[in-house]
Parts: sequence; structure tokens; C-alpha cells
Amino acid sequence: MKENVILDVSHLKKYFELGRGRTLKAVDDVSFQIHQGETLGLVGESGCGKTTCGRTCLGMYKKTGGDVKYLGRDIHALKGAELFAFKKEAQMIFQDPYASLDPRMTVSDIVAEGLDVHNMCGSKAERTDKIYELLNMVGLNKEHANRFIHEFSGGQRQRIGIARALAMEPKFLVLDEPISALDVSIQAQVVNMLIHLQQSMGLTYLFIAHDLSMVKHISDRVGVMYLGSIVEITSSGELYSHPLHPYTKALLSAIPIPDPVIEIQREATRIRLEGEVPSPINPPPGCKFAGRCQYATERCRQETPALRDMGGGHHVACFAVES
Amino acid sequence: MREKLLEVKDLAVSYHGYAGEVQSVRRVSFDVNRGETVAVVGESGCGKSVTAKTIMHLIKTPPAEIKEGSQVLFNGEDVLRFDKKRLSQYRGGEAAIIFQDALAALNPTMTVGNQIVENIRHHSSTGKKEAMAQAVELLRMVGIPQPEQRVKQYPHEFSGGMRQRVMIAIAFACNPQLLIADEPTTALDVTIQSQIVDLIKELQKEKGTSVILITHDLGVVANIAHRIVVMYSGKIVERGSNMSIFHSPRHPYTNALLEAVPRLDLVNKQVLSSIEGTPPDLLNPPAGCPFCTRCKYCMEICCTEEPPAVAFEEGHEASCWLYALAERCEDAPFTWEDRK
Repeated sequence: MKENVILDVSHLKKYFELGRGRTLKAVDDVSFQIHQGETLGLVGESGCGKTTCGRTCLGMYKKTGGDVKYLGRDIHALKGAELFAFKKEAQMIFQDPYASLDPRMTVSDIVAEGLDVHNMCGSKAERTDKIYELLNMVGLNKEHANRFIHEFSGGQRQRIGIARALAMEPKFLVLDEPISALDVSIQAQVVNMLIHLQQSMGLTYLFIAHDLSMVKHISDRVGVMYLGSIVEITSSGELYSHPLHPYTKALLSAIPIPDPVIEIQREATRIRLEGEVPSPINPPPGCKFAGRCQYATERCRQETPALRDMGGGHHVACFAVES
Repeated sequence: MREKLLEVKDLAVSYHGYAGEVQSVRRVSFDVNRGETVAVVGESGCGKSVTAKTIMHLIKTPPAEIKEGSQVLFNGEDVLRFDKKRLSQYRGGEAAIIFQDALAALNPTMTVGNQIVENIRHHSSTGKKEAMAQAVELLRMVGIPQPEQRVKQYPHEFSGGMRQRVMIAIAFACNPQLLIADEPTTALDVTIQSQIVDLIKELQKEKGTSVILITHDLGVVANIAHRIVVMYSGKIVERGSNMSIFHSPRHPYTNALLEAVPRLDLVNKQVLSSIEGTPPDLLNPPAGCPFCTRCKYCMEICCTEEPPAVAFEEGHEASCWLYALAERCEDAPFTWEDRK
């Protein structure tokens, strides 16, 4: 297993100094591995640090501590030609298709920007062919190439963002909430396309989202984040059938299911979380979920639980879970 | 027969822009009974928010135009014909609305207490002190901890979920008969979303308020709505009870919408059934069924003539030629069941 690990994140920390002695711990001691060709889903509520984690994994933020190794190399130590090569292989797709595309560039220039930077096309004709091929791959056609971004709908813009990332022939993609800005009927189109592209090109995804049902659908393994830490990580089937961490359980039971009969049945067993996610600025010691957890003990408020293997790759960070 | 509180009849709203007339809402009719929750479900741009705002008489004319023949009857009175004085009684008093973006809807320069007091004192001759005491009670009712201190704070000091609770407190300040919730939970996290939905449900039961819940998320609706209205490109394509919409959706659009969402309780399918294409341009809406360009079962007649509403079990209607033809002529090409 070890040799096909594409991304190895260990004890990654990303703190933001806010001045006056305050520190925002956006990502606090996060470890996970992503294997070649798989999709790791990262879920959590807003402010839990999932986007920061994704960005730090690509070197877009400088880490505070820990390691991010891409194919065995620390990406935060890369320089020069190596860094240039890494930036080609690892791409990002952003949440907001309105803000992440330049309104003054045509679609073909947006898609080909990376091609030009990396000198991937020998001639003008080759460049045009490549652009048409990429647009075709994401379900657009060559008539779209000379248009500007404002002429496209949200779903089409997201496709352009995906084409731009695919132009680099990447191996690893960080998808930061790629569908949350889209309508339900369009979400399914984009997700189907992402799954198809992954299968045909052998891509590896880090899929960040807050929509647990979509994450379940697309991911092989899922990590649940809460206030900068991963509280549970396991295969997607296992997480949804046997959640262990109290937060995961509460999160799953809060998701509405579009079926009134099932909703009435769930009503009785629903776990209701009181309160809201506390501030990540200077958090208290101990388990971060302790303040909202119904099983919290004195130990939870003193010590931070580490991720423990419960067997079969099911890791959970909670003292209350029996091995 | 339950008493009707609100009847929307043949409502049509257009916007006049530089490119022409955008027909946001095209002849929509539905009604809301007392104490009932009606959910209006649809994608962005289907006209659900415009419908909500028209019920509150909140849209600006021009640029918008409410077409001749549109009626919004509240207890039998036409809201669209209210004068200024009657409108100010109606808005916030008899009917209240809460919006998706609570931060934009609240006044950043006023304490939340004063914003609640403003609404109370506008609609009744309550004294300042008494109104403030009521405001504290209202904040307690919507589940805000330490309401005595919180009334003195400004909206920016509240989190997203708490702001939405403040909005609900303002809305309930005058015990409205109708509450319109326009995507109240869209900007919130799932755990907060379920708290807010529970709160609206509880308050509705307690006060007997009628609720119109506008959302794009079918999941939220399953837990709270009595009846559901499905809108697509400015029209109602299907309506029915909560049970009938979820368990026997008739319109291809409703069916596709339900199948396009992965469900937490079902096993993974490899491919989601997506709806190809995009909603039609409301500048020149198609002549026939609005869904015809994306529908798997599209027939010739769908593109030319508008389908009539066909009734199924009580209160369940769908506007689709698949049923209309089956009813009208014996040698109809197929029925919905066959095509499935």
C-alpha cells in the first residue's frame, strides 16, 4: 500500500496570527494519506478548516508545522524547477465559479493560460486543438472558446474551471466545494462528469465539501473535520453505516432525507446539537467538541484525544469510543 | 374544508430590462390554509422569490410589472390594491417575511432589541419599556441564550444561526397570521439548519401561523411541509401533499429532481441521473411545456402547446401532456407507468 500513496499529510498545522497574542488555529495537527486513484472526501461545517487544509496541501499557504509529502517529497521545501513541475501536476478547482475566472479573458485564454506558461503547445494550431479537446472533455464545444465568462451560467463556468485544471494533465486535484454554488439539477451533471474524468484519466481527488450526501456519493474514504482537527476518518460506506464519533453521528442525523416517512421515523432518534461551533481563536485544551458533546467527561476537557485505529482503517479521535 | 388564509390567483410578474421582458412568474395560482405549511420548491431563477416578494407587495414597479388580472387575496382582500396605510399594517403585522441573508436584512446600526421594538411599536401602542421587555421574551422564545444582554448587541455580534433567530423574533413580534420564509436555511450549516427548521416548526404549531417556505432543497421540505408546490421557469408544474410529491411524483421534472440528489440512506449508485441542459431563458420562454427541452419523455405536442393541469388523488396535480393525452384520447402513445 505504501508505494501508491500520492499525498502524505502528517501533523499538518496552519495557524494565522491575528495580533495581540491571538492565534487562529485553522488546521491543527491533521494527518491523512491519499492513495493513487482514490477520492478522499473532507467534510465539516463552515469554519472547520477544510478549505485551509486543502490549500495548505497545495502549498498555497505556508504551513506552520508538520509535513505535506507529494510522492515522497516535502512540497513546502520545493524550489525552482521542481516547484514548477509540482504546480503543474497538482491543480485546484475553486468553489466560486464567478470569482475564480478572469472576466476580461476569453474562455480559450483562460483554459490555455497554463499551457502557455508551461510551454506545452508547439504551435498555434496545436494550442487551438488542445483547447477544443479540453472544452469537449467537459461538455462544452468550440463555439464557446471565444466567448467571455459573463456569457455562461454557473454550471458552465464550473466546467471551464475544470477544463483549466485538466489542461495541465494533472495527477492530483483539490476540489474545493466544486458544486455547492450550483443548482441541484446541475450538481448531478458536474459530479457525474468528475467521476467519469477520474475513471478515464486516473486522477486522484481531495474533495472538500459540506454536503455529506454528495461526499458519500463521490468519495472512497471520508474524513470529518471539526475546528481544525480530523475527528474521524474511514471508508465512505463504513462512515455512514457505523459512525463512531459523537460529532459524526450528530452531523449525519441533521441531514434531511427527502422522504417524509423516513423523516418521521428519524424524528425520535435524531441527535440535536445544542449551540454552535466555538471560535477557533485560542481554543481551550482538550477535545474541541467537548463543549457540545453529551458524553464529555473531565478527561475530554483536559487531554486531546488522538486518532486511534478501530480496525479496518477506521480511525476516530474520541475517548468514549471503546476499541 | 379548512379556511383559506391566502389565495394567489393568476399571478404574473415581468421585469423590463434592456434585453426585453423577463417573464419571471407566469400565471401562478395556489392557496394557503390557516395553520398550514406550504413549501414552494424550485431552482434558482424559477420565480419562487419573486412570488414571495409579491405576496408581501415588496417588488418595485417599475422595473417590475405585475400583470393585469393578478390577485393576491389575504383574508379575501387584494394585497396588490392596498394603499400605503393598509400596507404598513399588513407588512410585519399580519404577514412577515424572513430572508436568506439575515446580515443584509438586519440594520447594522441598530441594536437587535431596537429592531424588534421598532416592529412592535409600529403596529401597536405599546410603551417603550414594555416593548423592550417583549423583545427580551421574543429572543428567549427563539432560543437565544442570555436575552437580557443580547438585546443590546448589534447584528455583527451574532453568528449566522443566531441572526436568523433574530429575524424570526422580529417576524413573530406581532403574531403574524402568515410567515414567509425565503430560503431561511440556505446559508447555514446542516446542524444549524436543523435547529432553525425545528424552531419554525415549533413556533408554527404553538401560534397556528401559516407558513410559506421557499427553498431549493427538497430534503428540508420533507420534514416540515404539509403541501408542496414545485415551480419551474415561472410556472407551477406540480402540486400535492408532502406524501404524494415524495412517494409518487408525477411530473418528469419533480421525478428528475428527486433522483438527482444522492441520498444518505441509500446505497451508492455510480451515476446520478442528471437533468441535461439548463433551464429555459425567461426572455423568450418556450411556447409549450417549460421543461420540454430537458425532458426525457418530450413529445411533439410538448414543444407547441402548454399542458393542462391533470388531477390525481386529492389535491395532487401535475401539468404534463403524458397524463393529459392519456385522459383525452384512448390511443394515447403511452402512460407514465409504461415509460418508467
